[in-house]
Amino acid sequence: MRELLDWLDDRTGYRGLLKSALFERIPGGARWRYVWGSTLTFALFVQFVTGLALWAAYSANAQGAWESVYFIQNQMLGGWILRGVHHFTAQVTIILLVLHLMQVLIDGAYRAPREVNFWFGLGLLFLVLGLSLTGYLLPWDQKGYWATKVATSIASMTPVVGPAMQQLLIGGAEYGHHTLTRFFALHAGVLPAGIVLLVVGHIYLFRRHGVTVSEKGREKPDGFFWPEQVLRDGVASLAVMATVLGLVLWTGGADLGAPADPTEPYAAARPEWYFLFLFQWLKYFPAGWEVVGAQVIPGLVVGLVAAMPIIGQWRLGHRFNLGVAASLLLGIAVLTWTARAEDAADPDFVSARAAAEVVDHRIGELASSPSGIPIGGGLALLRSDPLTQGPRLFEANCSSCHRVDGHDGLGRIPTDEAAASDLAGYGSRQWLSGLLDPERIATPEYFGATEHANGRMARFVQRGVAGMSPQELQDLQKVIMAVSAEAALPGQASLDAAAQTDIAEGRALISSEAINCTRCHTFGDMTEGDVGPVLSGWGSRAWMLGLLHDPEQEEYYGADNDRMPAFGAEGILSEDEMGLIVDWLRGDWYRSPAR
Amino acid sequence: MSDDKAENGAEPRRNFIASVGALCVAAAASIVPLAAGAAALFDPLRRGRRDLSMILVTKLSSVPEDGAPKKFTIETDRVDAWTTYENTPVGAVYLRRTPTGVAALNVVCPHAGCFVGLMPDKSRFGCPCHKSSFDLDGVVNDANSPSPRDMDALEVEVRNGDEVWVRFQNFLPGREEKTAI
Repeated sequence: MRELLDWLDDRTGYRGLLKSALFERIPGGARWRYVWGSTLTFALFVQFVTGLALWAAYSANAQGAWESVYFIQNQMLGGWILRGVHHFTAQVTIILLVLHLMQVLIDGAYRAPREVNFWFGLGLLFLVLGLSLTGYLLPWDQKGYWATKVATSIASMTPVVGPAMQQLLIGGAEYGHHTLTRFFALHAGVLPAGIVLLVVGHIYLFRRHGVTVSEKGREKPDGFFWPEQVLRDGVASLAVMATVLGLVLWTGGADLGAPADPTEPYAAARPEWYFLFLFQWLKYFPAGWEVVGAQVIPGLVVGLVAAMPIIGQWRLGHRFNLGVAASLLLGIAVLTWTARAEDAADPDFVSARAAAEVVDHRIGELASSPSGIPIGGGLALLRSDPLTQGPRLFEANCSSCHRVDGHDGLGRIPTDEAAASDLAGYGSRQWLSGLLDPERIATPEYFGATEHANGRMARFVQRGVAGMSPQELQDLQKVIMAVSAEAALPGQASLDAAAQTDIAEGRALISSEAINCTRCHTFGDMTEGDVGPVLSGWGSRAWMLGLLHDPEQEEYYGADNDRMPAFGAEGILSEDEMGLIVDWLRGDWYRSPAR
Repeated sequence: MSDDKAENGAEPRRNFIASVGALCVAAAASIVPLAAGAAALFDPLRRGRRDLSMILVTKLSSVPEDGAPKKFTIETDRVDAWTTYENTPVGAVYLRRTPTGVAALNVVCPHAGCFVGLMPDKSRFGCPCHKSSFDLDGVVNDANSPSPRDMDALEVEVRNGDEVWVRFQNFLPGREEKTAI
């Protein structure tokens, strides 16, 4: 063995290299305060390792990015931990960088002869911020999509070259496949290569100039990098790793929002927290001053920081630099805090965030359903989900007349009165019982605000039903069961199945002397005068789709239709959209099995 | 060393030629990968825009008669690099009836490209990102709005009595003039 190593040393000289790397002399001995640079190197190492593993599972295209990240997060062994570690180490890296930078400034370690190393460090800070910015888009979820849109919009504001720059950055006129391939090339190729170069240069220059030791620090005997300092660095790196892992376990890992949708507003778009100060900053620039706020002033500030080693040579330069750094930090802290406080106090933002979380959760349920993610991807899955799309379509198309449980579908109570029935539970026994309640049929909850308030149905309920004997009312209950069973509501399936006898009796009682629905309504082959809507299949998916298609068809309201538009016949809604509304009202959507 | 060179005038001269030659040869050898790489990198600049012909958005009867704006998704064929999407959503507009017909506003905020929302009480438009505010005509209605221009109006036509057609376009954000992307 010894001979082999000798041979290797003879051919490579590795021992000398190792010796100079490990037995670096540290004036004044190893110290805890020297660990920051090593923790940063360790954090970058973590990002390289986890990043490569993520790379091996990630697909950079608009139809596969979200889906592949979903798969990493939810299906791959430990995928959520891998992604969580990558996500939180990125944030910890930013914090460590700022700490490191502040220490260098306070210790005066940026002044001659260490100027170039200070610039290398500054370059590293921007490369890391660049990694954050590009990485935020890669999952292709709503949050990253809309936040990055703002960032690339800001790039397009650059005078003269802005539009071309934006087009190059996003790989075309609009966001698409090439936006992801380019961001990924930057994130996994260009920026890490720059980081490696700068880190090597940074460490080389650091070794060339040595640590910056205070006068007091020199009193102690010198030490060596190995093993005293390495031990301290290792403990600090372990603490960093423990913090990151703690964050991952505590939060359950990195978020994955709903897939990016250019047509769906995302009012909760915010950049990552360490960019919030810039976001807030931009609010203070009036129309026409965006470039000044987003580019000129930040550029000048960066220029000022870069000039610190030169400024520091003057008599009061160091104090000036410290003052600038402290004010910058304070300004950033205040802006970040203001951004958070303003959002927390903004009811629109709070409700937008809550609504977004509902969708984020729902897409997870859908993607984990047995049918999985279709070829159209997560977006197709979401767009065909009645639970999330139904309320939006209802709000946009139905809520000017109808309500569900008194609200407009999205949970808001409209200021104007309802003009037609409340459709919550339409088709259910409860809904029908309410309709047949003499006290309720003429309220706005049912026919109160429509032409039917004084129609034949209302008269029948208010006179006929009101005068029924207890036995007849019992029969009416069975008829309600029978007619409601026609709807075949998924939520009522077990009730319907348990009441087969009552339902069968109800079907027979429907044309009985006292109840006699069939005097006006058709039910099966029983009919006398077909005045009201057909009751066969009442409330079923097909029945409701027919009504939405055109309520003036004979089997629905015919000429008695009040104000309901023919959504299908007039081309107001597509078949798919009508299906989503109907399925939502009928409570017919995928439910994940209770865990 | 420098003295040697000074004594012998031919050597620096030969060195100079060799240096220039070395640089030229290296540049010539590198130009192929650099040029090929740059060409592909700059390819997006020559990608054409989407076809800007009028798109059928909806039926006139779907636009609220009381003049309130309503959001409509724009669906058309779209080519994204290697994928051709048929009839896919590419953006959205707010349509609103006016005394003379129908007006269309692109939902994208002219400030920084967020999705402008219609306030729940339908009294105005507001951008959730940097709080730009517009009245229902799309005109900036708040001196504190950071938006440099009004919401982007789009060309609308009502054809065959009841079809609403819109020329859907996006514009560069953050500048006073409307520049089509």
